Amino acid sequence: MNIHTIANHLNDLGDNSHTGFQFDCYPIDGEVEVLQVNVVGREEIPVFVSVTDNQVLCIAYLWGEDEVKQARRAEMFETMLELNIPMPLSSFAKVDDKYVVYGALSVHSSMQEIEQELSVLSDNCLEVIDELVDFLQ
Amino acid sequence: MGILNKILTAFRGGANEVGQNIVDANSTRIFEQEIRDAEKHLTKAKRELTDVMAKEMQASREIDRLKRSVAEHEGYATQALEQGNETLALEVAEKIAQLDSELAEQQSANDSFSAHAVRLKDLVKKTERQLADYQRQLSMVKTTESVQKATATITDSFASSNSKLLNAKDSLERIKARQQQFDDRLQASEALAEENSDKSLQAKLAEAGIGEQKSNANAVLDRLKARK
Repeated sequence: MNIHTIANHLNDLGDNSHTGFQFDCYPIDGEVEVLQVNVVGREEIPVFVSVTDNQVLCIAYLWGEDEVKQARRAEMFETMLELNIPMPLSSFAKVDDKYVVYGALSVHSSMQEIEQELSVLSDNCLEVIDELVDFLQ
Repeated sequence: MGILNKILTAFRGGANEVGQNIVDANSTRIFEQEIRDAEKHLTKAKRELTDVMAKEMQASREIDRLKRSVAEHEGYATQALEQGNETLALEVAEKIAQLDSELAEQQSANDSFSAHAVRLKDLVKKTERQLADYQRQLSMVKTTESVQKATATITDSFASSNSKLLNAKDSLERIKARQQQFDDRLQASEALAEENSDKSLQAKLAEAGIGEQKSNANAVLDRLKARK
């Protein structure tokens, strides 16, 4: 399992995905290979996929620390913690100064599971931003 | 210090700047070496355990054999006594004494093998737990590093392509607007399709002379004449 097998699968799906979404994948070169997955119609919020020794990590960036209304930061954290379990398959995290939602899968996952993960993560992103927009400037 | 603590300390110490690793490559290598060592110990302990358990089984078989032999000879001695053959009985008794001492020896060997096996089993369990823990910790460090590097890669890529990740509100609004546009278009095309099917029905009705008829010149003329 690497990002290229995932990219090939998603690009070949076309209209035949199980989730009803179309995916455009762009591998990004760097010290760690990352796959940028755009869900067609939601290009503004891409999902980034990387594969480590034992897991497939799918990460979508929500917002930066600079977008947060600092006076309501603690309230936002609490809301995030409360939403963490109800939110299917994804969890909140922070990488550097950016808030993210992510999902981790086993490297032995099927392509269909990865496809599902990506679509749920994308749905979760929109839902979360919609829900927490009051905490943003 | 636990591994989570190390990772957090590294973060707060500013190690999250691009190009700086959470745990330096050298200590990761040392850690990997520790894992390999633990794996070697585990293999050795498991092999030793197999040996000891085999010896334990041998000893216990030998004990059974000796016990059977003692019982057998005790029978012989009783029979010799019943026949009044004291000399023979004494000879058998000597043999039994010899068997007894062998039995005691085997028993003590067996006990020591059993104890050793228990110790080795504990060791194997402990080493396995430790190994799993090392591997979990290493995977945490590696994942953290990988995410850091991936983030750097993503940031670089966006910087070099002059595009940037929009802020969350704008992204959501754009996506929603696009979705709305799509929905509107879908609705419009549905309405249009409906209208077209309406029209074609009306045309058919008109052709058949049913429903509202188109006025024609003659009808207008008739109407004007009638008004006079």
